[in-house]
Amino acid sequence: MPRFLTVHLGATYAFLYMPILVLMVLSFNKAGLPTAWGGFSLEWYGKLATNPKILASAWNSVIVACVSTAIATTIGTLLALGVERSKPSAARDALLFAPMIIPDIVLAIALLSFFTLVKFTLGLQSIILAHVVFNIAFVCAVVRARLKSFDWSLTEASRDLGAGAFTTFWRITLPLILPAVIAAALLAFTLSVDEFIIAYFTAGAGQSSTTLPMQIYAMIRFGVTPEINAMATIVMLVSFVLVLTAQRLNRGRIPGA
Amino acid sequence: MAPGLIWLTALMIVPCLLIFVLAFYERGIYGGVDWSILTSENIRRAADWLYVSVFIDSARIAGIATLIALLIGYPAAFAIARAPERLQTPLLFMAILPFWTNYLIRTYAWIVLLNPAGLINGALIHLGIISEPLPILYNEFAVILGLVYNYTPFVVLAIYSSLQRLDPSYAEASRDLGASAFTTFVRIILPLTASGVAAGAVFVFVLSIGNFVTPDLLGGGKLQMIGNLIYDQFLTARDWPFGATLSGLLIALMMLALTAQALAAGRARGEHA
Repeated sequence: MPRFLTVHLGATYAFLYMPILVLMVLSFNKAGLPTAWGGFSLEWYGKLATNPKILASAWNSVIVACVSTAIATTIGTLLALGVERSKPSAARDALLFAPMIIPDIVLAIALLSFFTLVKFTLGLQSIILAHVVFNIAFVCAVVRARLKSFDWSLTEASRDLGAGAFTTFWRITLPLILPAVIAAALLAFTLSVDEFIIAYFTAGAGQSSTTLPMQIYAMIRFGVTPEINAMATIVMLVSFVLVLTAQRLNRGRIPGA
Repeated sequence: MAPGLIWLTALMIVPCLLIFVLAFYERGIYGGVDWSILTSENIRRAADWLYVSVFIDSARIAGIATLIALLIGYPAAFAIARAPERLQTPLLFMAILPFWTNYLIRTYAWIVLLNPAGLINGALIHLGIISEPLPILYNEFAVILGLVYNYTPFVVLAIYSSLQRLDPSYAEASRDLGASAFTTFVRIILPLTASGVAAGAVFVFVLSIGNFVTPDLLGGGKLQMIGNLIYDQFLTARDWPFGATLSGLLIALMMLALTAQALAAGRARGEHA
């Protein structure tokens, strides 16, 4: 490989990771200022743990992410099975691809208008419904990728031996695709817990349904503070662990690829 | 299959169609929508130069960001595709990983780096290269940098997967017949990976042109893109029908980009099949 390509690749990784690493290092900086190092400290992490607004919003995010992931993983997996076993359809593929490419702000205002029109009460429940939309698409894509190499003769054998459709799914299909399903669920959880704009528009008024990204946005608008660095570090590490686990489970397949 | 398709139809297709309906009504006196009057006023208003210029600016910024992301992403994807087999997956994974972290945090990291008392200005002043902080935050430069930073992983992914599908014997044949490495790249490899380039480019362009967070946080309120305009119409001016009109135009623009890409991909398949 020509040397300049290696150098370019190294520089690209530096560009991608430098900002993240800077935040992580600064989160342990006692001085609180980004330009001066005042010694190692866990002070800002302590401040986070005692901030009731941050704790409440983190809890809301966990609820939204857990419920939307559970719904999207169930529906998305069934969708993937159905799609892979039926005739190819360009219109259906477009429908499944759309949530990944629609600008967040458009889906956000569309859902806000829709929920308002049908008089659906805004709150955590509307955020969950909204997050399921893009999570179905992601779960379906991950499970479909696994099904491309699925040996359907196994399910046929099960049916031939007299097992019902449900038994075949439960005893044969699901155990075989389970790693991909869990990987999809972990990715869906990550997407939901990080999602900001759609939650911001569909949360309704009041503090009670503020999610963690909404809280982070409010803090960033207020200015650069060492607490944000500490929170950013925790949030990024959680995402890294989830995505790494998903990649391991999914036989090294790259999420999103 | 049915529950998934119903969910996507009810909570994505129907709400997006509703946007096009809303565009033809007036705003209510207290915000919301006045369903009693049909009007084409919103569309006439959107044609005002004030708003057209925001669309042009957004397209220009998204276009520049796309170009830079391609210039960074193509060689990076090429390097990964040329790396030893067992290293390719970890290298690609490393390029994608940042995408899976919080977008707000990735954007905030650049505020920390670029602000007048931030790391970059601090270092440059400390080294005596500059005496005054450079104005590198809250302007177009910062917005483009933020978009390139967030979306380059997509480009790497899209181009890598098209490079992987490329049959290496084409490039070998070209070299055997006496073409230089450069000629082989420009005449053989680049055209054969054009579909990956187009897919990556459309992704970056579409996600950039409709972006809200990056211009909001890194543009410092001085720079308006379509996303911010829509946000303001919904949450500040409370003129939902006009916000819906702008969103409808954005969807139309997006469809245009996607159709162009699909046509290009179809033609490429036809040529090389």
